[in-house]
Amino acid sequence: MSVRIVSRPIIYAILIAFSLFFLMPVYLMFITSIKPLDQITLSQMWELPKAIDFTSYKEAYQKLAPNFLNSIYLVIPATILSALLGSLNGYVLSKWKFRGADWIFTAVLFGMFIPYQSILIPLIQFLREIELYNSIPGLVLVHVVYGIPITTLMFRNFYATVPTEMIESAQMDGAGFFTIFRYIMIPLSIIAFVVVGIWQFTNIWNEFLFAVTITTSEQQPIMVALQNLSGSQIVQWNVQMAGAILAALPTLLVYIFLGKFFVRGLLAGSVKG
Amino acid sequence: MEPVKASTPLEHHSKPSMMKETKRKRPLINDRVKAILCLLPSIILITIFVYGFIGWTGYVSFSNWNSLIPDFSFAGLKNYAYLFADFRFQADLRNTVFFTLFFIMAVLVAGLILAILLDQKIRAESLFRNIFFFPMALSFVVTGVVWQWVLNPSTGVNLILKEFGISPMWYTSVTIIPGIEWGKIEFGVPVAMIAVVIAAMWQMTGFSVAMYLAGLRGIPDELREAARIDGASEFKIFTKIIFPLLMPITVSVIIIMAHISLKIFDLIYAMTGPGANFVTDVPGVYMFETTFRGNYYANGAAITMIMLLSVAIFIIPYLISSRKGGS
Amino acid sequence: MKKTWSIILTISLVFVFALAGCSSSSSTGGDSGKKAGKEKPGKATLDIFSWWTGAGEEDGLKALIELFKEKHPDVKIENAAVAGGAGTNAKAVLASRMQGNDPPATFQVHGGAELNEGWVAAGKMETLDDLYVQEGWSDKFPKELIDLVSKDGHIYSVPVNIHRGNVLWYNKKIFAENNLEAPKTFDDFFKVADALKAKGITPLALGDKEPWTATHLFEDVLLGMLGADNYKKLWTGDIPFDDPKVKEAAETFKKMLSYVNDDHSSRNWQDASQLVGTGEAAMNVMGDWAKGYFSNDLKLKANEDFGWIATPGTDGLFMVITDTFGLPKGVKNPNDVKKWLSVLGSVEGQDKFNLLKGSIPARIDADKSKYDVYGQQTIEEFKTAGLTPSLAHGSAAAEGFLTKVNQAVNIFVTQQKVDQFVDSLKAASSELKK
Repeated sequence: MSVRIVSRPIIYAILIAFSLFFLMPVYLMFITSIKPLDQITLSQMWELPKAIDFTSYKEAYQKLAPNFLNSIYLVIPATILSALLGSLNGYVLSKWKFRGADWIFTAVLFGMFIPYQSILIPLIQFLREIELYNSIPGLVLVHVVYGIPITTLMFRNFYATVPTEMIESAQMDGAGFFTIFRYIMIPLSIIAFVVVGIWQFTNIWNEFLFAVTITTSEQQPIMVALQNLSGSQIVQWNVQMAGAILAALPTLLVYIFLGKFFVRGLLAGSVKG
Repeated sequence: MEPVKASTPLEHHSKPSMMKETKRKRPLINDRVKAILCLLPSIILITIFVYGFIGWTGYVSFSNWNSLIPDFSFAGLKNYAYLFADFRFQADLRNTVFFTLFFIMAVLVAGLILAILLDQKIRAESLFRNIFFFPMALSFVVTGVVWQWVLNPSTGVNLILKEFGISPMWYTSVTIIPGIEWGKIEFGVPVAMIAVVIAAMWQMTGFSVAMYLAGLRGIPDELREAARIDGASEFKIFTKIIFPLLMPITVSVIIIMAHISLKIFDLIYAMTGPGANFVTDVPGVYMFETTFRGNYYANGAAITMIMLLSVAIFIIPYLISSRKGGS
Repeated sequence: MKKTWSIILTISLVFVFALAGCSSSSSTGGDSGKKAGKEKPGKATLDIFSWWTGAGEEDGLKALIELFKEKHPDVKIENAAVAGGAGTNAKAVLASRMQGNDPPATFQVHGGAELNEGWVAAGKMETLDDLYVQEGWSDKFPKELIDLVSKDGHIYSVPVNIHRGNVLWYNKKIFAENNLEAPKTFDDFFKVADALKAKGITPLALGDKEPWTATHLFEDVLLGMLGADNYKKLWTGDIPFDDPKVKEAAETFKKMLSYVNDDHSSRNWQDASQLVGTGEAAMNVMGDWAKGYFSNDLKLKANEDFGWIATPGTDGLFMVITDTFGLPKGVKNPNDVKKWLSVLGSVEGQDKFNLLKGSIPARIDADKSKYDVYGQQTIEEFKTAGLTPSLAHGSAAAEGFLTKVNQAVNIFVTQQKVDQFVDSLKAASSELKK
């Protein structure tokens, strides 16, 4: 049994109150996005629209579609590459430990917590040097590199739960490093791949600092374009909200359908898996 | 101790003939080399992209590179001295301190309350959980854009607040409470920062709910039952048994939230910007503007080094302690 | 098994990728192959770099490109405009391209310090003296404008358009209803403002969510209080920023700030102009791009709904904001660039562009009759007015100084501490190149 401090109705009252707080912005975002501009006034802010109007979506889509595609070109390779790299690292760091491996792991982990501003100036110089500045491949590289700590962490913690005996008996049967990885570890870690994949997908999709400093105009991912939408022109709140919904849609869908794995990734991110 | 583990298979399974053992020994050594080789690219990448680049940024922060054209001549502590005497940076430090404090408090308190309530075997638990968790799947940019609309001085929420005598202008207020003179700035809580705290809390509370919920579920029921049999009140069970057991989780949440809030950039950039009199400015925004808009590279580098230091103070002990605890 | 192979393939790709990553980081020479691969075959494209992506200005640029294509069909030309942030994004991209020795064929740059103290001082620009001689331009642009695009006696860019910064826009209806005259001096301004305030009308609209708008107001106060000569001396260091005259200007600026709308810090310049347009506020100081906003976006009639006058004390002066294009060093096709610049500087080119952009031509011999009532009047005034460089738009001083002034102004708008403000201006002025 769990703790019973307060009575049921109060529990539900508090939970519902918090739920309203969490849903309020969503409600506003949604009804604003389906209103025509002239219905977006203070007095009508909370009211349902008189008629549903999708023109703001059309406009937001027109403005954001290229950037949406950029984000897709960015997120897919970056997620796959960083998950593969992370699983390999996690495999080595959990099953093939060598002297100092733990220190190396800790040193790698530190890279996950640094403020990325502190590597931004050399990073930009470097990307310019290798001619990947202002390009999606450049951003992919950045996200793969700075995704190493978190993906390694997640896979290492996952592989730590794989019994060592399995590896040992495989070695008995003559299996080598890669064979074990391919035929034992990868099939065992499909769930870990899903968790890490979702985590990286969400993070890279939502990332802003690298996106805004490394890319410009046509190369920009969706979040930067969304931010620019609220730029210097008259604020068209309906278009902005429609844009926000479009930008949030992929990660929201992932959350809705694979929320369990998302939360697992979230918990794994707190170092102690 | 770990390296031993890798070599144990040989000893354990050395029952077959000697011939076989020697045969297997060679590929095994080979495998260990392979393992290190596989790790090598990542180590090199991290060494360059994390440590090398931090070193380079540190170098820039001691240089005179404050214009379009790189100038790496040694400037000593000039850039740091400039920052600590700078109104904007002092304001940033103040804002970061209060943002971090309020944000962590809000996330911890709301997270703990909600997790306890969700753990009461209630109906529709997964629905509530999903409602509390979903903002975490969103970008800080989306959160900023949406909350900007929700809290806009001339919109609905503020009209409700008006009924309670709160001026809708609090959102862009330049008031600092209590506003003690300190250096060049007034020290205290910037009222406008509260808006950012609310938005950040909205987004991140799900994290602490998830953490606490996992923690609560991990506490065996026998513990509570035993205490109940001893006649302990529910409140006492919570304060004396459950809360101490949740301590490591609290520490984790504090550390994770602290490192997010110390380097926050996108939420504020999308939501309020630096604000009038820099009431909602933070080092992340200052660095971005001064480096990439004003071309003060050395100043910007110095800001990031201070940010890095403030994060490292939290993170390094945490990493070292969790490394010890983990293995 | 196909799956096996695809996995092995991806893993090996990761490796190649990772190794490539570190090898190229250890030696920057590794990318020479890439550079060679990027080289365009045959003739280089003429990429026109700008931040003209808004309504009007984009059309203007396209019209210019069309005109160029008609005249030089053999040259491949490309619009390489960068959107966002009122030019700040573009400037960041430009800086990175210039630093990477990959300059665009030609780029938009404000005349004045942004050009001279930025790119010319960095040794990145070719002089255009011969082009001016060849086209006979030396008397087609006002002399003071040519000075703005020259350093040490050499000319470095071609002005395309002129915007005026020191304009006070006002709501004609409000002024008529209250029997008020548009203010010419600061005394007039404060009298008008007091009268409006008594009627419950916000006298001055300000939208300093982006701090440059407040800096824009301040520079016009500086100009009005100091006059053109002293104002210019600020940028050469001949008058220091702790001069009593600057202090007095700061006091006036402070007094003006007491007449602005309460929610100024949550508005941008369009929002502020809108207040004037809808009659919630009476006046607004903004560059003449606001005219386009009044007439195109708010559908207001010039000289009927809204009126304009030079900001107090600046009659006969012209705070000039000019977009210019130059020739960077190291471009592959300097002759094509010069062809483009000739088109830009021609009467035909200037009229094509400015009619769409809503600015006035930089040449004094353009066809006035094509322009609207505001344009005609401004073209006339431009011919005779004394030109002064704008601080807020990068003409008076380098970007670094401007960044610090914007910070100081942002603080001043709230705190209104004159001494502290003057101190920070003085401190920032050490950035000024003598």
